[in-house]
Amino acid sequence: MSSQAAALPKPRYVEDVIRAAIVLCIFWGVAAFTVGVVIAAQLVWPQLSFDSEHLTFGRLRPLHTSAAIFAFGGTALIGTAFHVVQRTCRARLFGGAPLGWFVLLGYQFFIVIAATGYLLGITQSKEYAEPEWYADLWLTIVWVAYLVAYLGTVLKREEPHIYVANWFYLAFIITIAMLHIVNNLAIPVSITGSKSYSAWAGVQDAMIQWWYGHNAVGFFLTAAFLGMMYYYIPKAANRPIYSYRLSIVHFWSLVFLYIWAGPHHLHYTSLPDWAQTLGMVFSVMLWMPSWGGMINGLMTLSGAWEKLRTDPGLRFSVTAVGFYGMATFEGPVMSIKAVNSLSHYTDWTIGHVHSGALGWVAFIVFGTLYYLVPRMWNRPAMWSTRLIGWHYWIATIGIVLYITAMWVSGIMQGLMWRAYDELGFLQYSFVETVAAMKPFYMIRLLGGVFFLSGALIMVYNVWRTVRGQSEAAATLRPAIAA
Amino acid sequence: MFLRHETIEKNVILMMVLTLITVSIGGIVQIIPLFTIESTVERVDGVRPYTPLEVLGRNIYIREGCYVCHSQQIRPFKDEVERYGHYSLAAESMYDKPFQWGSKRTGPDLARVGGRYSNDWHVGHLVSPRDVVPESIMPAYPFLAQRRLQTADVAQHLKALRLGGTPYSDDMIKNAEADLLAQATPDADTDALLKRYPRAVIGKAMSQTQAITEMDALVAYLQMLGTLVRFGDLPPERLRQ
Amino acid sequence: MNIAAASEVLASIWTVWAVMVFAGIAYWAWRPANRRRFEQDARIPLDDGQ
Repeated sequence: MSSQAAALPKPRYVEDVIRAAIVLCIFWGVAAFTVGVVIAAQLVWPQLSFDSEHLTFGRLRPLHTSAAIFAFGGTALIGTAFHVVQRTCRARLFGGAPLGWFVLLGYQFFIVIAATGYLLGITQSKEYAEPEWYADLWLTIVWVAYLVAYLGTVLKREEPHIYVANWFYLAFIITIAMLHIVNNLAIPVSITGSKSYSAWAGVQDAMIQWWYGHNAVGFFLTAAFLGMMYYYIPKAANRPIYSYRLSIVHFWSLVFLYIWAGPHHLHYTSLPDWAQTLGMVFSVMLWMPSWGGMINGLMTLSGAWEKLRTDPGLRFSVTAVGFYGMATFEGPVMSIKAVNSLSHYTDWTIGHVHSGALGWVAFIVFGTLYYLVPRMWNRPAMWSTRLIGWHYWIATIGIVLYITAMWVSGIMQGLMWRAYDELGFLQYSFVETVAAMKPFYMIRLLGGVFFLSGALIMVYNVWRTVRGQSEAAATLRPAIAA
Repeated sequence: MFLRHETIEKNVILMMVLTLITVSIGGIVQIIPLFTIESTVERVDGVRPYTPLEVLGRNIYIREGCYVCHSQQIRPFKDEVERYGHYSLAAESMYDKPFQWGSKRTGPDLARVGGRYSNDWHVGHLVSPRDVVPESIMPAYPFLAQRRLQTADVAQHLKALRLGGTPYSDDMIKNAEADLLAQATPDADTDALLKRYPRAVIGKAMSQTQAITEMDALVAYLQMLGTLVRFGDLPPERLRQ
Repeated sequence: MNIAAASEVLASIWTVWAVMVFAGIAYWAWRPANRRRFEQDARIPLDDGQ
């Protein structure tokens, strides 16, 4: 290397992409929570679709779920994966900034074409896999680039061992690739049109869809965010993970068990019984590795619990692990056929999903953002610690309102559907059960408004943190400082 | 030789391959046996591919995300069977691409809604749900009644479905547009249509308009749901998977 | 042998194999000889000089 180049060394890590991912992730989070509040309100006041074809619940609901899972969650995962893999491998991102930008922006393009499509009624109608064939093809290209960047970085690492967080991220990337390709196989009506027909039909299609759907939960919303947990909680607490051995067992048992659990979404349907039973057994077994992981995350704080008082960002991450434990206990319970016969098709499922999505996924992201933002923008700390505390409490109250409302309405719905009067007739017409849900839908809406408000506090805090500080500090390249 | 975990742990490609094998097995064991139709789909008569009008109506059902709030899958419980009718068979959705079983009942199950309400009821309910059912929280779909159904490429749709395995004959594809018109035109000659698609429900939901609307197609689809299998003349052993 | 029967046999073999592999991984993870290096591995995120 010439002396000229040595004088201006290339920054060690690619970080601009990560900064952009943080900003985009926060944007999508607010968008997802806002659409969630809108559709929650529509279930209370259905007039809010204004007779418009673009604003019906049927079109906005996939917008909400995709914005939450893929836009908010996915962008957080791309950003943190690039951060974690470079740091733990002590290597610059493979493909450098250009490949990093391609992955991040290509993924954003996927989100935009998928989301605009939903509003126009372009959908495959497969839950969490709604984007049509052209968007799926584009995502496949982006995903391969993501894998190349990630794998390439691990391959050229300077650290002899691969830190456990990377295993989780890697399992997420390759499993999602497999699920995405198989579930989305379809035949377009014409090469110039958006419509396609699934390659699968009926009961097989149902099984493939929920094999996909459940493992989108298992590998996208669980494994990948566990990767986040295994890096950022030790970092924020400044202590190594409680048991590295437990994390090894956690990883392999999770990877092995999760993939079998899909049929619990199809209990008592036309799916053959043997498949349902298999799904139930593995779902119940999943409880063990999940709690192993939770214990591992929580016990990392043992002997340092006082950090939770002084660092509300870390409080988010640790509460997230608590919610992970709660949701992964509730899930196996709901997969038991007798319980499922009551809970399926009701709001209980919606509540369960949100204790995972808000309590686990969003909270671990918030905790990570509060750790990352000051470091990525080279600030001593977040602009206001007090506001992080406010965010924490408002969001927590929001989640509690949301999930308790859904527990009550879900169980009530299930019981009303199967209630008989003394003459042996069904006691309630369907619409009576709809009317009975109204107060709980209002409480859920209130919970959603709380959660959104908390996120807006975070936006303000992040904006002040990024903007704050002197010019001198702002112009200092953080990568050189690293 | 026994693989040492340390080897796996240092070799990322090996780790990736092992992970991929581990996650593939579950899918292979659960999914592939389902394609042995004999043991998965019941041997019942009556189930046929959708008529061209039903295909386009079904596409509107999908486009509007009806599956988000309505299931099409009746479970074998006393209350569900009393409320909705005979429990759903795998055979009844064998031509569903994709399946519409749903996962949530914000509204009632629709697996056997066909023939339960009149065409006028459906049109009135879709245009303004709360005028028909005051407590309903369903969005209103007045625009369906005003929009002409795009029928020009319907044969193309049937071809794509056939490519994916749905048994549409050459005859069905050739006559796709004619069959669509016959099904939605009052007093049309429907002999050929009914021969190709037995038990097709003939008629136009919106009798007051001349043009075939999206509403007509959607209602035609709703009116055939769950009507193809006649459970009355079905011996019980045929229901076994 | 049809696919349904074959998949049943495969499922049993796979279960036995998976239990063995799992036991192997658990043994390896808790082997006293490996203790030190896992403690080092756990420090990977902390030892990046910041």
